[in-house]
Amino acid sequence: MATAIAVQPSSSKPHPQITILKRSRADIPLSQNKFLKKTARGKVQNILRERYVRDDIPCGFEGCNLCHDFPGFRPVLPASGYRDHTKYGNGHWLVIDTNIVLHQIDLLTALPIELPLIIPSTTIRETRHRSLPLYNRLQQLIQDEERCIWVWWNEERRETATLPKESEQGEKETINDRNDRAIRQTLHFYPTHLNQSTSKFPRLILLTDDRRNREIADGEGLIAVSARDYVDGLTGEVRERLVDLVVGGVDEVSTGEKKGKRIYQDYLPQDTLLAGVKTGRYHQGHFNANQYNYLEGTVNIPGLTKPVLLVGREAMNRSVNGDVVIVEIFPESQWKAPGTEVVDQDVALRDDDADDDESPGLAEKEREKAKGEKMDVDEATKKKPKDILPTGRVIGIVKRNWRAYVCHLDRSSLSDAALTSLSQQTVFATPLSTSLPRIRLRTRQAPQLLDQKILVTIDSWSVNSRYPDGHFVRALGKVESKEAEQESLLLEYEVPYRPFGRAILNCLPVEGDKWVVPAKKAENLEWRDREDLRDLIVCSIDPPGCQDIDDALHARRLPNGNIEAGVHIADVSHFVHPDNPMDHEAASRGTTVYLVDKRIDMLPALLGTNLCSLRPFVERLAFSVIWEMNEKAEIVKVRFVKSVIASKEAFTYEAAQLRKDDKSLKDPLTESIRLLNTLAVQLKEGRMKAGALSLSSPELKIHLNSSESTEPIDVEQKQQRETNSLVEEFMLLANISVAAKIQETFPATAVLRRHCPPPKTNFEALQDILQKRKNMTLDVSSSKALAESLDACVDPNEPEFNTLVRIMATRCMLSAEYFCSGSVSRETYGHYGLASPIYTHFTSPIRRYADVLAHRQLAAAINYTPLHPSLQSKSHVEKTLSVVNKRHRLAQMASRASIEFYVGLALKARGDKTGLKAGVGASREEAFVIRTFKNGLAVFVSKLGLEGLITFKKDTHTFDSENYTINVPKPSGGEVGISVFDKITVDISIEKDPNTQRGKVKMVMVGPVNSENL
Amino acid sequence: MSSSRLEILNDGGLRHDARRPYELRSTSFELSTHPSAEGSSTVTQGLTTVQVSIFGPREPRQRSNASHDRAILSVEVGVVPWAQGAGGKRVRGDKRLQEIGASIRQTFEPVIMTHLYPRSEIAIDVQVLSADGGILPTSINAVTLALISAGISLLDYVTSISIGLHLTQPLLDLSQPEESDLPNMVVASLPTSGKITLAQMETRLHVDRFEEMLNLGVEACKVLKNEMELVVKDKTRKIVDRMEIKSGAAMIVDE
Repeated sequence: MATAIAVQPSSSKPHPQITILKRSRADIPLSQNKFLKKTARGKVQNILRERYVRDDIPCGFEGCNLCHDFPGFRPVLPASGYRDHTKYGNGHWLVIDTNIVLHQIDLLTALPIELPLIIPSTTIRETRHRSLPLYNRLQQLIQDEERCIWVWWNEERRETATLPKESEQGEKETINDRNDRAIRQTLHFYPTHLNQSTSKFPRLILLTDDRRNREIADGEGLIAVSARDYVDGLTGEVRERLVDLVVGGVDEVSTGEKKGKRIYQDYLPQDTLLAGVKTGRYHQGHFNANQYNYLEGTVNIPGLTKPVLLVGREAMNRSVNGDVVIVEIFPESQWKAPGTEVVDQDVALRDDDADDDESPGLAEKEREKAKGEKMDVDEATKKKPKDILPTGRVIGIVKRNWRAYVCHLDRSSLSDAALTSLSQQTVFATPLSTSLPRIRLRTRQAPQLLDQKILVTIDSWSVNSRYPDGHFVRALGKVESKEAEQESLLLEYEVPYRPFGRAILNCLPVEGDKWVVPAKKAENLEWRDREDLRDLIVCSIDPPGCQDIDDALHARRLPNGNIEAGVHIADVSHFVHPDNPMDHEAASRGTTVYLVDKRIDMLPALLGTNLCSLRPFVERLAFSVIWEMNEKAEIVKVRFVKSVIASKEAFTYEAAQLRKDDKSLKDPLTESIRLLNTLAVQLKEGRMKAGALSLSSPELKIHLNSSESTEPIDVEQKQQRETNSLVEEFMLLANISVAAKIQETFPATAVLRRHCPPPKTNFEALQDILQKRKNMTLDVSSSKALAESLDACVDPNEPEFNTLVRIMATRCMLSAEYFCSGSVSRETYGHYGLASPIYTHFTSPIRRYADVLAHRQLAAAINYTPLHPSLQSKSHVEKTLSVVNKRHRLAQMASRASIEFYVGLALKARGDKTGLKAGVGASREEAFVIRTFKNGLAVFVSKLGLEGLITFKKDTHTFDSENYTINVPKPSGGEVGISVFDKITVDISIEKDPNTQRGKVKMVMVGPVNSENL
Repeated sequence: MSSSRLEILNDGGLRHDARRPYELRSTSFELSTHPSAEGSSTVTQGLTTVQVSIFGPREPRQRSNASHDRAILSVEVGVVPWAQGAGGKRVRGDKRLQEIGASIRQTFEPVIMTHLYPRSEIAIDVQVLSADGGILPTSINAVTLALISAGISLLDYVTSISIGLHLTQPLLDLSQPEESDLPNMVVASLPTSGKITLAQMETRLHVDRFEEMLNLGVEACKVLKNEMELVVKDKTRKIVDRMEIKSGAAMIVDE
C-alpha cells in the first residue's frame, strides 16, 4: 500500500495530496467484502464491496512514536491510565463492547471523564445498525473533547481487520461472533503496538456484558469484565454515583428469571406483524395513554376515522405513552365505549409491593373494576351506539419511545426499616406525567432520594411484570425547589438547555459585543446590496421586558398618496451561516423556550439580545419587507430587501397605545403608529371577512415579587390592546408575502407553515353538547362558517361563555406545522386558522429556526446570496422541519407547564397571605364545567387558566351521560343537576400527596353544593 | 432503512472502503491484452475492470460514414452479464451504454490526430468485465492506453476520474455505493496542458462547488497520467529490449 506518485496541488484551495492507494499482494484476502442482502422485494442479492486496509490509522496514545504523523492523530490516551479501581489499580484503559452501548449508555456517559475509553469502530457500526438514538448519544459522547475517548478504526487498520471465518465443521461464523472477535482483536493489537514506543503502558480491559465473549477473552489471555463487576471495583464517590446506573445486564436477567405467572402475552414475531399490517389485518399507530384512567388507552391509526380503544392492562400489553404499536382489532361484537370514570393509578395501586408482582388482593380489585366497567359498557352500548369505539389489543411494538422520565420515589413502596438502610432495594418511581406507568427500579440510595426529583429511564418490561423495570439516572434536586422543578420541566419536555459549547461560541463575530455596523463604504461587505434605511422612522413594539427584539415597523405617506409600510426583521442569517456548529445547534434546538422566569435561547445571547436584536438608537442589520399600499390597505407593490436600520424607539404595547391615543402628540413617530394602526384595522377586517378564526386560549401573566427573587405574587389574565393586534397584523402580512415569494422561487423546498382543516368528526362531541345544553349549533363546514357560528355562541348572562366555547373549539383542531412545499400537494398549503392560502414564519428568526431558513431562502430569492445546497435538498429540509415541529410542540407544552407550576405557587402564596394555615389555604374562584364523568367533573377556571378535577367518593349522585349531567343530592334534600357549561364555585388549594411528594392542585366544589362530603 | 446504510464518510475521515477522500482506488494498467486487435488494454480501478480493443485504422464498414479528410471513430460498449453492480443485464444498444459510447467518442475525437488517417475508421470496442462504479472514467483511461498500444497518434494522454461531493467534502474516484448516493461528475482532461475534454454530470450539483471539483479532477488526472506513463514506458522498454535495439532508439523512449 505504498503511496505511488503525487502531484503538488495547484488549485487555489489547499488539500492533501492526491494519491493512488496501491494494494500489495499480501492484502488481497482482505480486499473484498462479500455478502448476501435481501432486498425489500425479497430478492436475494450477492453484494461485493471493495475494502482497503491501512497502516496509517493512529492509535491515539499520547507517547506513540509510530502514529503521531498519521492524519487525525490526537494525543488522547494518557500513559498513566485510570488508577482508582480496586482490582485494576495500576492503570488501565477500557475497551467498550457493543452491548455496553446498547444497554448501559447512561453508565457510559456517567463514567468519570478522565477514564480513558477505546471505542472500536465495530462497536460504533453495530450500534448504528441496532439503534439510531443510541448511536446519536454515542456520537455526542465521542465528540465531547473533554473526555478521554478514542475511536479505534479497527476494521480499517491492517492488524485488526477481520475476515469471516468458518469453523472446522464448515459452519459460518455469525455476525455477532465476528464482531466480538474484531473487538477482541483490538485488545491483542494495542499491547504489541505500544511495546514499540514505551515499555510501560496501561492494561487494556474489555468491558462487556456478554458472558460468552468474556469467557473467550479469558481463554485468549485478555482481561474482560462485566459492567456490574467493573463499577463494583471503583472507589469512593465515583462508585456511589455509578452503582445505580448499572442496568441488570443480559447475564443477570437470564439467571434470575422469575418463575412468576405471565401477566402479558408475548409480542408476535416482527415478520408476522409487518405482514399483517401490509395485508390490513393489523394496524399500526401511536399509543396514547388516557391520563384520567390508567387502565385505558387509545391508538390513533391513520386511515381510520376513530381511534382504537384499548381496555385493561392485557390489551395495552406493556405499551408506554408515545410508542409506535401494532394492534389487532376485535370483532365488532366486542367493541366498547371509553370509560366514564376517573381511575387514578396512585390511588388504585397504592398497596402494590415493588418486590412482589403477585399481590393477590390487588389483582382481584382490578379485575372487579374491569368487570364493573364491562357491565357499564354493556349498558352504554345499548344506550349510545355512537360512543362505541373499535376495540383491540396490542400485539407488537414497532418502536419504543422510551426516554428519561422525571419521577418521584413512591414513599409507600419503602418499608420503614429501609429508610435508613443502604442496601439495595426495589422501589417504585412515579413519573410526573399521569399517562405513564410507575417504574420499578433498584437502588441503594433510596432514603436520600425520597424527597427528590429524579430522572429514571425504562430498560425493559417483561411479560411477568406488571411494571416496567428502569434504572436511576440522576437526582435533580429537592421537590418544589425552583431549580429542580425547572430542570425537571425542561427534561420532561426534552428541551436542550445545556450552555452553548465552545465550537458554537467560536461562530460568533470576533468583535463580540463591540460589533457595530461598519461605515457605509464599498469595501465593507456588510453594505453589499444593502439599502440604507437608517433615516426611516422605525420603531419596535414588544411586550415589556423583551430583550430579543425581532421586528420593527414603519409607515409613511408617499408623494403619490399611497402609504409605504415596512416590517424590518432582525437579519439573523447574516450571523448564522449555514452548516456551521451554531447553525446545527440552532436547528436541533428549533426554538427559544420561554418559561415564566427563564428563557432558553436558541441562539447565543450575544446574538439574540444584542447583535441581532433591533434595539433602539443603534444601527442594526435587518431584512425588510416593504409594501406600497393604498388607503384601503390593498397591496400595490411589495419588495424585499436587506437593509440597515436605526430604530428610533422601543415601545411596550402599553406605551405605544398611550402614545397613539394621546391626541396632543403630532410628531412623525406617533403619526407613523397611527398610520400603521389604520392599516392594521383594515387588514384585520379583510382577514376576518375571508374567514379567519379568532381562537382563544387563556394567556396568563404571572406577577413576580421582584426581578431577583422569583416568588410569584399573583396571576392575572393578559390584556389585549389595539397595538397587539397592530403588530400581529403586519407580521401576518409579512409572513404571507414572504411565503408567496419563496414558494414561487423554490417550489420544491420552500419552508412553509400550514394548518390543516380539522376533520369534522373532531367537533362531534362539542356540537352535541352545545346542541343539548345550550341549543346552539356549530357549523364546521368551513373556517368562515365556523367563525360565524362561534360568534353566535353567546350567552347574554355569561360574558365568558363565548371564550369558553372558543377554547373548547380550539382543542378540537389540529395543530399548525411547518412543511416543505415539495412534499405535499399544492391544495393542502392552506392555513385554516388564518384563512390564508399560503403562510410561513419569517418574522422571529431570533427565536425560531424555521424563520432562519425562510430568511435564507428569501435572500436567495432576491439574489442576495446563492442558496446553500442543504436548502435545495427536499429530504434535508423535511428532516430539519420535522425536528423543528417537534421542538415547537414541546416548547409550547413546557411553557404551559411552567405557567401551571407558578400558578400553583401563586395560589399557595395567596392562601398564605389570607392568613390561613399553609396547605389549607384555598382561593375561591368561579369555574366552568367542561366535562362530566361518572364519578366526577372536569372544570376550567378561566381566571387562572387552570383545569382541575373534582371527584365524588360516595355513590350518592346519579350520572346522566346522555345529557352530560350529574345529579347531586343537596344537604337540604332534593337534587341539583350540574352539567357541562354550568358555572360553579370551587375552592382551589395545593395539596401535597404524602406518597409521591407531588404538589397537586386540589379543587373542591363549594357551590351550588359542597362536594367535600360527596 | 437508514440505519443499515453505509456511512459515506465517517468521523475518522475514512470512506466506506477505508480510503481517504483524496485517495484513488488501486489501479492496474495492462497493454496489449487482446492478441488479434491492433491495440488493446485492460484497466482495473478498484473492482471495475474494462478491456478495450482497437481495430484500425481500417476501411470503414459503412462507406457512407467515411470522411475524405480524416478518420472516423466508432465506439461500441458492452457489459458482460456477470459484471455486477451495473443495475441488471445490459445488452448492446442499451441507451445507457450508447451514451457512454458517445461520451467516449466525443472525448477522443479532438485528441486523436484523425487528419493523419483520411478515409478510414478507428473502431473502439469497450468491454466492461466488472463494474463497481466509474465505468466511464475507467473506459476512457483504457481507451487511451489501447490507442497508444495501437500506435495511433494522439495529442496527449487522456485521463479521466469521477468526483463526488459529500456535504462540502469532494471525494475522488467513486465506488458503486458512493456513486449512487452522491452528486457526482466525470472529468476527462489532457494532463500536460490541463485542458478538459469532458465534464459530465447527471446529478444536480451546487454551483459553488463546481469549480473546486473540476480543478481537483484535473489534478487527479495528472496523477493518473503519471502512473500510465510509467506503464507505457516500461512496456516499451521491454519491447525494445526484446528487439535488441541498443542505445540510440532506447534513448528516444527515455527522452
